[in-house]
Amino acid sequence: MTKSELIAQIANGNPHLYQRDVERIVTNIFEEISKALGKGDRVELRGFGAFSVKHRDSRVGRNPRTGASVAVAEKAVPYFKTGKQLRDQLNG
Amino acid sequence: MSETITRAQLAEAIYQEVGLSRNESADLLELVLKELTQALLKGETVKISSFGSFSVRQKGQRVGRNPKTGDEVPILPRKVLVFRPSQLLKARIRQGFAERRQPGADSQAKPAAAS
Repeated sequence: MTKSELIAQIANGNPHLYQRDVERIVTNIFEEISKALGKGDRVELRGFGAFSVKHRDSRVGRNPRTGASVAVAEKAVPYFKTGKQLRDQLNG
Repeated sequence: MSETITRAQLAEAIYQEVGLSRNESADLLELVLKELTQALLKGETVKISSFGSFSVRQKGQRVGRNPKTGDEVPILPRKVLVFRPSQLLKARIRQGFAERRQPGADSQAKPAAAS
């Protein structure tokens, strides 16, 4: 399923909404989550899962081709933890 | 200080953006999550451009250990949900992090905040 399929699906089930508005809603949801993560905030959607930002320390990496050491700077990476309810549903 | 965003704030953002009622905004957020969940339960991969993709991965059986007693316990085959963030989302988070570490390009001497 892609974002546009998701939008079409919701628009079909809600004929009182303009497809354009559904598109804005869906875009807005993912934009708000991205924005929060950019600020270092956590987004928790009970039952579905939680998005958070994890810190990675700087480390010495290696170029796998040459074996040369390269410094990798510290950084932050997105992380998603599946909610309990969804995890159980997947194995239900 | 890092905050936790929940359904309430996301629904509020929809309300501000689209001008549906607060109730309907909350219902639509729920509907989006429900559609995502249903697609994933069917085993579909969900791709949200510029955000990331969700997919279901089948894990085989393996031997685990009870960390308290050291006993071997089989971990049964199961399905797990994997989220792969897009390059754009990763870049955004990395950039936001760098800016919090060094507000302003020329204040490099500022010590890094304890995390």
